[in-house]
Amino acid sequence: MHPAKSVIFFTTASGAGYGLLFLLIAGDLLGLAPGGFWPAFTGYAVSYALITGGLLSSTFHLGHPERAWRALTQWRSSWLSREGVMAVLTFLPTGLYALHQLFFPERMPGITGVIGVIGAICCIVTVYCTAMIYASLKPVHAWSNRFVPAGYLLLSLMTGALVLNALFALFGPPSPVFLILALLSLIAALVWKISYWRFLDGTKSLSTPESATGLGEFGRVKLFEAPHTEANYLMKEMGFQIARKHAMKLRRITLTLAFVLPLLLTLLALFVGGSLAAAALILALLNAAIGIVTERWLFFAEARHTVGLYYGAAHA
Amino acid sequence: MTSLPKNPPKKKLGLVIDLDICVGCHACAVNCKEWNTGGHSAPLTDSDPYGADPTGVWFNRIHSFEVENDQTGGRTVHFPKSCLHCDDAPCVTVCPTGASYKREEDGIVLVNADHCIGCKLCSWACPYGAREYDEDAGVMKKCTLCVDKIYNPNLPEESRVPACVSTCPVGARSFGDLGDPESDVSRLVAKRGGYDLMPEQDCKPTNKYLPPRPKRTGAEGGSAAARLTPVADSSAGVLARWVDKFLSA
Ligand code: SF4
Ligand code: SF4
Ligand code: SF4
Repeated sequence: MHPAKSVIFFTTASGAGYGLLFLLIAGDLLGLAPGGFWPAFTGYAVSYALITGGLLSSTFHLGHPERAWRALTQWRSSWLSREGVMAVLTFLPTGLYALHQLFFPERMPGITGVIGVIGAICCIVTVYCTAMIYASLKPVHAWSNRFVPAGYLLLSLMTGALVLNALFALFGPPSPVFLILALLSLIAALVWKISYWRFLDGTKSLSTPESATGLGEFGRVKLFEAPHTEANYLMKEMGFQIARKHAMKLRRITLTLAFVLPLLLTLLALFVGGSLAAAALILALLNAAIGIVTERWLFFAEARHTVGLYYGAAHA
Repeated sequence: MTSLPKNPPKKKLGLVIDLDICVGCHACAVNCKEWNTGGHSAPLTDSDPYGADPTGVWFNRIHSFEVENDQTGGRTVHFPKSCLHCDDAPCVTVCPTGASYKREEDGIVLVNADHCIGCKLCSWACPYGAREYDEDAGVMKKCTLCVDKIYNPNLPEESRVPACVSTCPVGARSFGDLGDPESDVSRLVAKRGGYDLMPEQDCKPTNKYLPPRPKRTGAEGGSAAARLTPVADSSAGVLARWVDKFLSA
């Protein structure tokens, strides 16, 4: 599948944004977040910037961005529509909770707790909807499996935690609870990514050139002549293929930058204090940012679509 | 409304494509382009049509496959493909705007170009590659089953068939109601063992493909060698010998 920049930015940025928003609210509800106005204010500001930036960028690849509101209408059947609806809805409880936490912290009636819990759940559901856009596409075997929603949720939590730690480090000593949370999510995400790649390398779509043409009973099916001399829309959009050698190199880059280095740097921050810890956490975030963008690029580039079977691909 | 029709359409208009007959001439693709560039989803935009990298919107494309078999030898099969107007059309249910829909009255799958936001998700959801993005208009287009031709009261009755069907020089394409087991197309499918493409994708396509007939061997009397024996020998008349000489020259 063609890795479009706008979609890569959308899924990574909004994923981190919702992860951060979730942690801010959950942290405050459980009394784990460091006190003070500025850390929380910066946290909410960054999370909404990531979310809004991601959502805006996702409209860039549309043929008609001005009609984007129509995408909110078909939530009964479409995960993309559900994602849009949830993204809009999530602003309400999370925004209310952020206002309460920032500006009226002393008044804490039960209802704000409920709003906070709803907001935190909305964050999870929105990321789940994003993942299901991909996981519900049966023609893409690399996507339509249970690894995909789990991965989106884990990576959202992981990147959210890395942003949170880097931000809080600007205001004071890092909070051990969030450092440990980041470490745990990094380990979980690393294990998930390796299992996903293992799955991908050992599995094939049920669809083959034989089933695509129905000619299997006569023998092995190979493309003899494509319909056109030049690449068409389908081949550019769905026929994108990356050489195995390059994919392996990018997988190693992903493992190192997205998981291993942030893991070591966060571990370092747990044991050293002061500005060294802050520097380590910021470095961890920068590494992870490049690593996650590579991860997402590969998520598209390594995915094969059944339409390739009509254009010479041996498997999908 | 992108949910599929509540009552599954009883009438299922679609095509039956005979892979035994198709000669891969691309006439149906060309006439499809010709009719539809002035029809329901017009225009079928081309970019750089006379340049080095021409691309454009086509609702029907002709692939050719080689089928290899060590026992029976290879054969070439020409394979036209357009939208299959699936019963369980995933392109419809994924559409976030309601632009994609399946008609309850005849099962035709269409795109409302005024509502489409050009998110391309439907083209990802279709396993068959039957959706075509128009870069110029920023909307998705696809085979309309010539909805503006098959119901067109301005055309004589016999012309109310899809453009690809009426143009096929060898009659490899048939059009009709595949929801009615008594229709000509349904009988043809039953008789020839018509099948679905990629049934494992669970889209329940309406269009059916008829398999190539088994290769004929010399023993059945139809081999090329047998047909090429000279039509005349020395015992034949002058005219016959002259014709034979002329033909084999
Ligand atoms: S062939 Fe593709 S575009 Fe046509 S109805 Fe089926 S899924 Fe939709
Ligand atoms: S490209 Fe248009 S028709 Fe296709 S899913 Fe998006 S809005 Fe619907
Ligand atoms: S039915 Fe009409 S639109 Fe569809 S492939 Fe045939 S000519 Fe083209």
